[in-house]
Amino acid sequence: MGLFHLGKMTFTSTFKKPATRLYPYEQREPFERTKGHIVCDIEECIFCGACARACPTSALRVDKPDRTWAINPFDCIQCSSCVLVCPKKCLRMDNGRPAAATTKQVRLYHQHPYSQAEKEQIAKEEAERQAKIAAARKAAAEKKRKAAEEAAKKAAAGGEATGGEASAKGDE
Amino acid sequence: MGKRTIIPFGPQHPVLPEPVHLDLVMEDEKVVQAIPRIGYIHRGLEHLTEKKDFKQMVFVAERICGICCFGHSVGYASAVENLMGIEIPPRAKYLRGIWQELERIHSHILWLGLLADGFGFESLFMHCWRLRERVLDVLEQTSGGRVIVSANIVGGVFKDIPNEQMPGIIEQLDSIREDYEAISRAFLDDQSVNNRLREVGVLSRQDAVDLSCLGPMLRASGVAEDVRLYEEPYATLGFTPITSDEGDCYARCKVRINEVTQSIDLIKAMADTIPDGELSTPLKGNPPAGSQGFYRVEQPRGESFYYVRGNGTKFLDRMRVRTPTSMNLAGMTKILQGCDLADVPMMVLTIDPCISCTER
Repeated sequence: MGLFHLGKMTFTSTFKKPATRLYPYEQREPFERTKGHIVCDIEECIFCGACARACPTSALRVDKPDRTWAINPFDCIQCSSCVLVCPKKCLRMDNGRPAAATTKQVRLYHQHPYSQAEKEQIAKEEAERQAKIAAARKAAAEKKRKAAEEAAKKAAAGGEATGGEASAKGDE
Repeated sequence: MGKRTIIPFGPQHPVLPEPVHLDLVMEDEKVVQAIPRIGYIHRGLEHLTEKKDFKQMVFVAERICGICCFGHSVGYASAVENLMGIEIPPRAKYLRGIWQELERIHSHILWLGLLADGFGFESLFMHCWRLRERVLDVLEQTSGGRVIVSANIVGGVFKDIPNEQMPGIIEQLDSIREDYEAISRAFLDDQSVNNRLREVGVLSRQDAVDLSCLGPMLRASGVAEDVRLYEEPYATLGFTPITSDEGDCYARCKVRINEVTQSIDLIKAMADTIPDGELSTPLKGNPPAGSQGFYRVEQPRGESFYYVRGNGTKFLDRMRVRTPTSMNLAGMTKILQGCDLADVPMMVLTIDPCISCTER
């Protein structure tokens, strides 16, 4: 009879609290390491995109021009690959379970928008960069043209010289 | 010879946790032949090697199975380490060992519950699963996941169990052990359980070897074969596999019951002797073209075999997994021949089928 072998356990569990919990009303504190959800400290993010490349489920979207970092919580498998590769350590695994959702939404983090001064600074830097590139291109083109001219001159001079030699040889 | 009928068994059946279909060719109450059919949950995970790079595949491999997931990630990561010629740090080996043994404990207790449910012992089933929940708590404390540990990377592990946390784990396992011993007495000594399991589905030692059975099924037939004998850290801890000579359903149950207590002892031994040091070895480059690697890992259900082939890019050419249940199905069809229809659920359960591993 199973009752005799399980007797002690069955008897003591009669006087114990239930092993289950009335879940939505009574919730257990998550463990320190519980895999809850990924949190991004967006102000630290440099939008390098390493996390998006490491993600096995392609749940992350990183947009450098827009300065946004987005996670699709329904694709995320809480594997911590992104946390491992983040160079700025701005991603972490939070132990709180995310709240239930009624719609499938992407969680979007937006870094502070650029101020007017920042925008001007960026525009100035960009203009300088473009100007440098243009100057470098122009210089390269000039150099190439000169080199070509030199080569043509040399070839012409060399051609004359070799022609002369050949004619000289022919004369002999 | 009586009239033959075919009874379809599964893929959905009250005793089956997994979708496997059996065509039972019956002659009166006796099963003459059992023809298994699988293919209900094929997901094509091996094909994903072409789309996910070899580092991401660890997490895909972990999701091959919902119970023995950590073993799969160990198998895959070790096969790639073998291919790339990486030696992982000793602490990583011990941590992998601890999580593998915790997984074995929860998998076996889950299976014991299913077995109790299979022969209609509902309260024992409840007690088993209540106990399993405490093992899952230990897993969650140490890794963050109840079942899916996600601690492996190619080259080692990335989660650590601090040495200060070890005594707490051992204390919890000791308290689990007390309750577990009460439950295991109910399985081993109870008359009604004995009536259902004794001398049912006997697989002889020769048949078990001939049909390449693996894991507890092989060990219950008297063959002391276990991959853990040849791998670290088990080899240094003086591991000896648990065997039984009867080869019946009771022996398979007994082997698994004793393996749980052995796993608790192994975790204690590993926690005592775990070396300090690095958790992972840094990787250099991609798997070289034409290189091949393999690894055998002892899962709760038996030995799994991993094979990988590199092609010089970050994507692997091929990944192949051979899981224990695909081998044990042959042994199952053998023991089903000539048994009573009422004993079929016990035999199907005692091989501990994991069809989602088998089909991948």
